[in-house]
Amino acid sequence: MKELICIVCPRGCRLRVSEDGSQTEGNACPRGAAYAQAEVTNPIRTLTSTVRVLGGLRQRLPVKTASPIPKSLLGAAMKELRELRVQAPVREGAILIPDLLRTGVPLVATRDDPGGSVKG
Amino acid sequence: MIYDLIVVGGGPAGLAAALSAWEAGLRRILILERDRELGGILNQCIHNGFGLHYFQEELTGPEYAGRFVRLLRETDIQVLSDAMVLNIGDGDVLRVQTVDPIMGCRELSTRTVILAMGCRERTRGAIGTPGNRPAGILTAGAAQRYLNIEGCLVGRRAVILGSGDIGLIMARRMTLEGAKVLACLEVMPYSGGLTRNLVQCLEDFGIPLYLSHTVTEIQGRNRLERVLAARVDENRRPVPGTEIAFDCDTLLLSVGLIPENELTRQAGIEIDRRTGGPVVWENMETSKRGVFACGNVVHVHDLVDFVTMESRRAGAAAARYVLEGPAAGEEGALELSNGEGVSYTVPQRIHKVNGNARQNEKAEIFFRVNRVCGKSQILVEDGEGNRLAAFRRERMAPGEMERMTLPAALLERAAGGRLTVSVREEKGADVQ
Repeated sequence: MKELICIVCPRGCRLRVSEDGSQTEGNACPRGAAYAQAEVTNPIRTLTSTVRVLGGLRQRLPVKTASPIPKSLLGAAMKELRELRVQAPVREGAILIPDLLRTGVPLVATRDDPGGSVKG
Repeated sequence: MIYDLIVVGGGPAGLAAALSAWEAGLRRILILERDRELGGILNQCIHNGFGLHYFQEELTGPEYAGRFVRLLRETDIQVLSDAMVLNIGDGDVLRVQTVDPIMGCRELSTRTVILAMGCRERTRGAIGTPGNRPAGILTAGAAQRYLNIEGCLVGRRAVILGSGDIGLIMARRMTLEGAKVLACLEVMPYSGGLTRNLVQCLEDFGIPLYLSHTVTEIQGRNRLERVLAARVDENRRPVPGTEIAFDCDTLLLSVGLIPENELTRQAGIEIDRRTGGPVVWENMETSKRGVFACGNVVHVHDLVDFVTMESRRAGAAAARYVLEGPAAGEEGALELSNGEGVSYTVPQRIHKVNGNARQNEKAEIFFRVNRVCGKSQILVEDGEGNRLAAFRRERMAPGEMERMTLPAALLERAAGGRLTVSVREEKGADVQ
């Protein structure tokens, strides 16, 4: 058994999970079991960051992966984001990269930028 | 014109309070925000984990704020940004002095005010870190704003002092942006942040957490060059011979937050020494009639969801004050006091339950424990020592705010004008 702390919600349950992830103890909800299984087989994380926005109201546009991606790809994903330029206006939820690193997971904007001059 | 409500601050607390007052029927509402935009600190908190309690889904900070800003646009609530409130004065109605670039200095009249100024970070001065004064020493929140709003990474090799959530979040954020975070130092024997952040911000990136450690010296002339850290004993005094040197250009401080209450104090409103915020009633009214407060200006929350819930209560109470008149007086009020193991409660006072008029009235109590507790019971006793309620918890820590709901029936039974909240750990409980 492996000991983990669940990161699905702020409660932070202390989990014990079998090596193959099929058995979990200590989880207060089913999401904990799913987290534990993923964590011992293929750990995944939602990536949040910012990208360059051209013609935007602000300097940076906050973004996230629409769902978690493999933890091992976080570094490579950050490289992709560094290259990305987004043209304002852009709406929250807009898909900026449809299939990030062939994960099938899109990168989406997490804020509106109506466009305009960068202030400040 | 006399406003029904002026909200000071357009962050999560002010937004939720204004919206709930609108839903409760107030129409002349103005939000005064000192930044350029609404949303407050959420705008720079681009990470996710917000909204799990309130929306039952996981949102980033900008998304969480966006939901409220969009709701606000469907109302006639007025917003004045770039506006700074200077003073809140008395009269037959309340008078709010404000200054903004277009209208200059003005005095606005209002029936109620909601204080929602939030909090600010403790700085190096507040913790008395010894050593030189080079560039490269910032609060974690300042570094977060530089990075996420302005697009500037503040350094390449960083040490983080304090394990508050903002520090942990910034450890991950700077690592993702290519900086090397050498260590996170925490003076207490336990972390000040949420456990999940220790996992997903430090462990995920192999950043060591040094508990019971602090910075003992800062070296560097123009830019920070080196930080010396040492283990501390149980009195938080550095232990000689335990020094560790970190060659770094940046030191981020995540050493606590202080409710921002200059306006509150100036208005002569009673402050609770323990929270650093105004003393409030269960409806979030302060000691000054018609002035309410909510969010981090009252006490520092860990989760914005609870700020929203608390602020909705303040907004609804301000609406009731305008539409139905002030709440009951102080007669028969209950004073909350902190028993064993409890460092503060909010609210600090509860109005007498008012027969049939407020039958559904219940009191939502937030509190913090003053040490890490294993399996425990939270006990609520009245002024005559009668136990009114007991709640079980598996584990509690000072870094995680606790809450409980006391129903009207229970409040009505309370004798002696007092409620004491205390914690009793079960024997043989496993403390970690």
